Amino acid sequence: MEPIQVTVNGRTLDGATAGPHTSLLDWLRGQGLTGAKEGCAEGECGACAVLVARPDGPDGTRWTAVNACLPPALAFDGQEIMTAEGLGTASGACAVEDLHPVQREMADRGGSQCGYCTPGFVCAMAAEYYRPGRTPAEASPADQTGTSAAGQAHAADHEVGPNGFDLHALSGNLCRCTGYRPIRDAAYALGTPEETDPLARRREDPAPAPRHTRVHDDAGEFVRPGSLEELFDELEQHPDAVLVAGATDTGVERNIRHTRPRLVLAIDRLSALRTLHAGEDGIEIGAALTLTEIESALDGRVPLLAALFPQFASRLIRNSATLGGNLGTGSPIGDAAPVLLALEASLVLASRGGERQVPLAEYFTGYRTSVREAGEIIRAVRIPLPLAESTAFYKIAKRRFDDISSVAVAVAARIDDGVVADVRIGLGGVAATPVRARATEDALRGRPWTYETAAAAAAVMGEEGTPLDDHRASARYRRAMLEQALVRFFAQTQPQPTLEMAR
Amino acid sequence: MTSLAERPVNPKVGESVTHESAAPHVTGTALYTDDLAFRAAGVLHAWPVQAPHAHARVTALRPAPALQVPGVVRVLTADDVPGVNDAGTKHDEPLFPTEVMYYGHAVCWVLGETLEAARLGAEAVEVEYEPLPSILTLTEAIEANSFQGNQPTVSRGDAAAALAAAPRRLSGEFELGGQEHFYLETHASLAHVDESGQIFIQSSTQHPSETQEIVAHVLGLHSHDVTVQCLRMGGGFGGKEMQPHGLAAVAALGAVLTGRPVRMRLNRTQDMTMTGKRHPFHARWEVGFDDDGHLLALQATITADGGWSLDLSEPVLARALCHIDNAYFIPNVEVHGRIARTNKTSQTAFRGFGGPQGMLVIEDILGRCAPVLGIDPGELRRRNFYEPGQTTPYGQPVRHAERLRDVWDQVVARSDYEDRRKAVAEFNARHPHLKRGIAVTPVKFGISFNFTAFNQAGALVHVYKDGSVLINHGGTEMGQGLHTKMRQVAATALGVTLDHVRLAPTRTDKVPNTSATAASSGADLNGGAIKNACDQIRARLAEVAARKLNIHPDDVRFVDGRVTGIGFHDSDLSFEEVASAAYFQRIPLFAAGYYRTPGLHWDSARMQGEPFKYFSYGASVSEVEVDGFTGAYRFLRTDIVHDVGDSLSPLIDVGQIEGGFVQGAGWLTLEELRWDTSDGKGRGRLATQAASTYKLPSFSEMPEELNVHLYERATETGVVYGSKAVGEPPLMLAFSVREALRAAAAAFGPEGTVVELPSPATPEAVFWALDGARSAAAPAEQVDASGDGGRRVAASDDGSRETAASHDDGARRVAASHNGDQEVAASENGAPEVAASQNGARDVAASHDGAREVAAANGTIRRGAAHGGASSAGNGESRETPTASAGADTEETVGI
Repeated sequence: MEPIQVTVNGRTLDGATAGPHTSLLDWLRGQGLTGAKEGCAEGECGACAVLVARPDGPDGTRWTAVNACLPPALAFDGQEIMTAEGLGTASGACAVEDLHPVQREMADRGGSQCGYCTPGFVCAMAAEYYRPGRTPAEASPADQTGTSAAGQAHAADHEVGPNGFDLHALSGNLCRCTGYRPIRDAAYALGTPEETDPLARRREDPAPAPRHTRVHDDAGEFVRPGSLEELFDELEQHPDAVLVAGATDTGVERNIRHTRPRLVLAIDRLSALRTLHAGEDGIEIGAALTLTEIESALDGRVPLLAALFPQFASRLIRNSATLGGNLGTGSPIGDAAPVLLALEASLVLASRGGERQVPLAEYFTGYRTSVREAGEIIRAVRIPLPLAESTAFYKIAKRRFDDISSVAVAVAARIDDGVVADVRIGLGGVAATPVRARATEDALRGRPWTYETAAAAAAVMGEEGTPLDDHRASARYRRAMLEQALVRFFAQTQPQPTLEMAR
Repeated sequence: MTSLAERPVNPKVGESVTHESAAPHVTGTALYTDDLAFRAAGVLHAWPVQAPHAHARVTALRPAPALQVPGVVRVLTADDVPGVNDAGTKHDEPLFPTEVMYYGHAVCWVLGETLEAARLGAEAVEVEYEPLPSILTLTEAIEANSFQGNQPTVSRGDAAAALAAAPRRLSGEFELGGQEHFYLETHASLAHVDESGQIFIQSSTQHPSETQEIVAHVLGLHSHDVTVQCLRMGGGFGGKEMQPHGLAAVAALGAVLTGRPVRMRLNRTQDMTMTGKRHPFHARWEVGFDDDGHLLALQATITADGGWSLDLSEPVLARALCHIDNAYFIPNVEVHGRIARTNKTSQTAFRGFGGPQGMLVIEDILGRCAPVLGIDPGELRRRNFYEPGQTTPYGQPVRHAERLRDVWDQVVARSDYEDRRKAVAEFNARHPHLKRGIAVTPVKFGISFNFTAFNQAGALVHVYKDGSVLINHGGTEMGQGLHTKMRQVAATALGVTLDHVRLAPTRTDKVPNTSATAASSGADLNGGAIKNACDQIRARLAEVAARKLNIHPDDVRFVDGRVTGIGFHDSDLSFEEVASAAYFQRIPLFAAGYYRTPGLHWDSARMQGEPFKYFSYGASVSEVEVDGFTGAYRFLRTDIVHDVGDSLSPLIDVGQIEGGFVQGAGWLTLEELRWDTSDGKGRGRLATQAASTYKLPSFSEMPEELNVHLYERATETGVVYGSKAVGEPPLMLAFSVREALRAAAAAFGPEGTVVELPSPATPEAVFWALDGARSAAAPAEQVDASGDGGRRVAASDDGSRETAASHDDGARRVAASHNGDQEVAASENGAPEVAASQNGARDVAASHDGAREVAAANGTIRRGAAHGGASSAGNGESRETPTASAGADTEETVGI
C-alpha cells in the first residue's frame, strides 16, 4: 500500500494523520494551515472553501472550489489542493507585494472586514478566475428593468460581470460584515490569468488519478474501491457501509449529528458511475457526476435541469454533490427529485447480480427509505426523450440562493393546440417523500389550457401531499405555494400577462 | 494644543486606506483565537453537557462515566470553582447551574485530549433532571407577569390628555423578532497558566477587561493575576460583549486545574443554542395625530424578551426607550418598558443595542398609519422631523437637527426618488404579478454609552529611537476597522506616515480598565486617548526639534515624517532624528493617553438627561420588487446618505454603512429565530440553530445597486478629528427596505391599502400581506371590470374597507374548517426532519390559520384575507379609535 499523501500548496504532506472521520478542513488546520475556517460545518457558509485539482476531460485539470468541512480528508489521497495560503507567490503576513490577483482585488477594495470568511471567498473567487471559458463575452447586457412579465428572468439571476465572472460562483460564501458590494466589485475587476501563472498552467495537465485508499483505525475504516466489483465486495461484507461521493450530506451527518459509520466507501471517482450518454430515446447520467459536471455536459439540453441547477444549493456544493447522493439520501426536500419526477426519470440500480431500472416515482417508499436493497447502488439516472416542451421549476425558499426548499414544484407539460396533452408534476417538501401530483395531473390532462383549467387544477394541487408547519414555512403557505405554482405556470406559458390573472 | 476636532496639514485621517489586516486576511495568515490552538502543544479541548430541557432542576450529576472514555482528562463542575460560580455582572448567571434555565444550558464541561474524546465524554456524563414549567414566548411571559430588572418609563408632557384631544387617534400592537449575530467566527478562548500562576487568556472578546474581571472572580483571583488578549475577532456585532466571559472562565478553570492549555471553541450549533441574541420586542401603542399628520402623543408599553438572565437587557431597554422617537418630535410621550424573563438564551447586545427595536416601533406605526391618514408615508415622516432647538422626550437637545432634513433631501435627490416613484407606479400598472415598492426612511441615533462611566478610554503609545511607533489601546478589532483608524489617528497626531505606526494586540496588561468596544464608540473613545498620548509625545519632541531648529516649540510642524518649522523650507529633520535626539536628551518617548467624553449626564431612574455626545443622522431610499405568486422579493436599489462627521477613513466607513445596512435588512426580512413552543419534549429548543435553517443575507440579498454617499462638510466638533461614530447607526437604514416591501405588498391592492407587515418580513409574511391586499381589491374589481372604479371607491370612501373587512370574516369562517386537515396532516407524516421543525412553528401562526378560499367558479383565486400577514407574526389589530373631537366619521379599521 502506498503512503497516504496529499499535495497542499505544492507541498506533499503525510495524510496518515487523518482518520476515517477526519474532515479535510480539520486535517488541513491540524497541519497548521489555519487559513480555511469552520463557520458552520455544514457546507452553507463557505469559510472553509479550498481549491481541488479535478479532472477537466481526460487531459486537463479544473481548479474546483469545494467546502473542506464536508469531505473526508482521506478522499484526497494523491490529490492536489490549494488553500488561500498557497495562492500568492509567497505566504505570510509580510507578503503584501506577492498577493494573487484575487487577493489583491479583495484587499484593495475593502473586500475583507473581519477577514474570517475571506480565505474561503478568495478560493471560491479563484476557481471562477481560472474557469476556462470565462470571457468578457459572456457578460449579458440584460436590462435590470426589463424583467419578463411572469417574473421569471431577472438580471441578477444570471449575474455576470463585464469580465465574465459568474457571481453564482460565490453564492455559497457568506459574509456577515461587508454587505457583499466590495466583494462583487473585486470579482468583477479581475482580469485573465497570465500565461506564466502556475495555476493557469496546471490546467493544461491531467488531474491526479484517484488512489486505491484503504485506512482503518479504532474509529472505523475508509476505503476507496478501485472498481464496481470491489465496491460490491465491500458492500457484501459490510451492508451498513456508508457510500460517499461529494459528502455534502454525509459530511453534515458527521459534523452535526456525529454519526461515525464503521466503513466509509468513497465512490466519487468510480468511472462506471461517471458517464453521461445521450441517445435517441434517453439521456443517462452517471450517479457520481457532480451537478456542476452534469450542468456543463448537458449545456442546457434539458431545460428543466438547467432551471434546477442554479437554484440547487450553491456552486461550492454543486461542485461536489451528485444526483446519486441526492436521491440516495431520499430526503423529501431534495430539489433534484421533483425535477426528475416531472421528467419521468428512472434509476438504474446496480448490484453484483446485475442491473434493474426503477421509475423514480416508484423508488421512494417512505421517509428516507426506498426500494434500493442492501448491496445495491444507484449507478445512473435515465431521462426519457423526447422532453415535454413546456417546463418550469419553482423553488420556494426564504433565501433566493443557497437555501433548502420549503416547497419545490417541477412541471413538464405538452400542450398541443391549446389542450394539455400530457403533464407531469413533481413535488418536494409536501410529504415524507418527493411525490408526483397525480390528482392535479389528472385534473389537467385533456383539458383546454385556459386560466379556468389552471385555476381549477390549482385547487386540486393545493390538496396534494400533507404539508407541515415548520421553521421554513407554515403548512398553509406550502399549500398556497402549490396552488400558486399552477397559476404561475399558466402565466408563464402565456405570451402576454393579463390583468385578470392578477386576482 | 489644538482642539480635538481640528486636523493638521496632510492628515492621515480622511484618507481611504485598506484594512490594516487586509493582506493577512486574504492570504489566510491572519490569526484568530482558535487558530492559536494549533500552534500550542498539549492543548485540551472542552465540550459542554447541554441540558435537553427549557427549565429543570438538576437532581443528579455523575461525571464518573465520562472519565472512563479514552482521552477524557477531566470534567469541570461547580465543585471545582475556587471563587464565585457566576459568569455575569448581575450575579444571576451561575457558570455551572443547578437549575437549567433554557434548552441547551451547559451544566458542566468535559476536557479531552481531542475534541472527539471531549464530545464522547460529554455524552457519557449522567445528568438527571426534574423538569419545571417554562415560559417561552413574550405572550406567555406577559400573561404570567414574568419580568426581570427595572421597569423604566420615559415621559414628557401629558400623553393621555393629548391622546384624548387628538383629532386622529390610532392604536395597535406589534411584535418584532430577534436576530442571531452569526459572526462567522464562533466564540473561542484559549487559556494558559504560566510558571508564576499568571493566567493568560486569548479570547474572542469585545470586552477584554470584563472577561478578565469575570475570570478573576470565578478563579478567586485578582485582576492582576489574569491577562486577556484579543488579536482580532471574526465578527462581534455585540455578541462578544458579555457572552465570552463565562466561556473564558471555563477554559481558565480547566487550565488551572490541569496545568495544560485549554481550548474552548463553540461550534455553530453550540454557539447558536447557548449564547444570547438580539432581543425580540413586543409593543402596544396608541398614537395621536393632528389633521395634518403631526404627531401629538405616543403612549406605549414595550416589552423586551430578555431570556433567562438580565445580561445587558436593562441598558438595551433603556436605549430602545431613548430611540422610540427616532427622528420625530413627539410633544407628549409616555413609554413604559419592561423585560420579560423567558426560558431562552440570555439576549444580549447586538449592533444598535435596543435602538433598532425602539425605532422600528415608531417606523412601523408611521408605515401603518400613513394610508389611514391619507398622507404619503415619506411626507408623513418628513413632516414630523425634529427642528433645531427641540429636545428628545428624555430631555436632550437634538444637536444638528437640521441635518435630518438635509440628509433626507440629499438622498431623495440623489436617488431620483420622485421620478422613480412614478416609474414604480407605471411598472405596477403594467405588471399584475410583480409589484415594486419604493420608500425613504430616516435615522437618528444617539452616540455614547448610556452608562456614563463607560465613556472613557486609555492608550499607550511608544516611539522607539528609530522613529517607529507602536500603539496600543483598549479597543478591540472585530472587522470594523478600528485598528486601521487608530493607526491613522496616531500618524496624524505625530505627523508621520502610516508605515511608521504599528498596532499591538489588545491586552489588559497594556491598557487597564477598558470599556467594551461597543456602542459605536471605539474610534471616538480610543481615538481620543491615542491622540492625547501622541500629543504629549509630540509636545516633547517639539521642544527637542525647536532647540535643533532654533525656533519656538509652538512653531514646530510635524508633517509626513518630517519635522520643520513655519517658514523653514531649507531646514528640516526626520522624525527619526528627532526621536533619537530626544532619547539622548533623556526625554520620555512613550505616553499613556486618556480620554473621557465630556458633557454627559444620565439619570437612569428618571430616564432624563443628556446621555449622548451627539446624534448620527442618515437616510436611505430603497426599491424592492415582490413576486405575487410567492411573496419572494428582490432588493433592486438602495441609496444612502449618511453622516459620519468628517470621515476618519472613508473606505472603512462606507464598508460599515453597507455592511450595517445589509445586516439590518437581514434582521427585517430573512433572519427568523424559531423556538419550539409546543408542549412536547423539544419545548424550548431553538429550531433554527444552523446556517441551513437560519438564513443570513447572501449575495442574492444585496441590493442590485447600492450607492452610499457620506454627508459632506460634517465636522463634529468635540470628537477626534471631527469624525462621528459609524458602527451601529447604518443598521437602521434598512428600515427603507421594510417600508418598500410594505408599499409593494400594498400595490397588490387598491390605493390606500393598509398593510400590516410582520417582522421579519419573510417571503411567506410578504405573501400573506400582499394576498390580503389582493383580497381587499377583489370585490371592487368584480363589481367594476375596468378596475378603476374599485380604486376610486376605496380611496374616497371608508365604506369600501368595511366591505372588505366583512368579506374577510366570511373567508375566515372558511379557514376554520381547514385547520382540521392540517392536524391530520401533521399526525400522518412521520418525517422526523419535518416533524422536528414543526415544533418550531410559531405559536401564534399555528393558532391563527388563515382564510383560504378557492373560488374556481368565477376564475379567481383568493387566499387569506387582510389579516393574514398580521397573524403569522402575532401582530394584533391596529384600529383607529373614534374620539370626541374627531367624531364618528373617522372611525376606521386598519388592517383587520
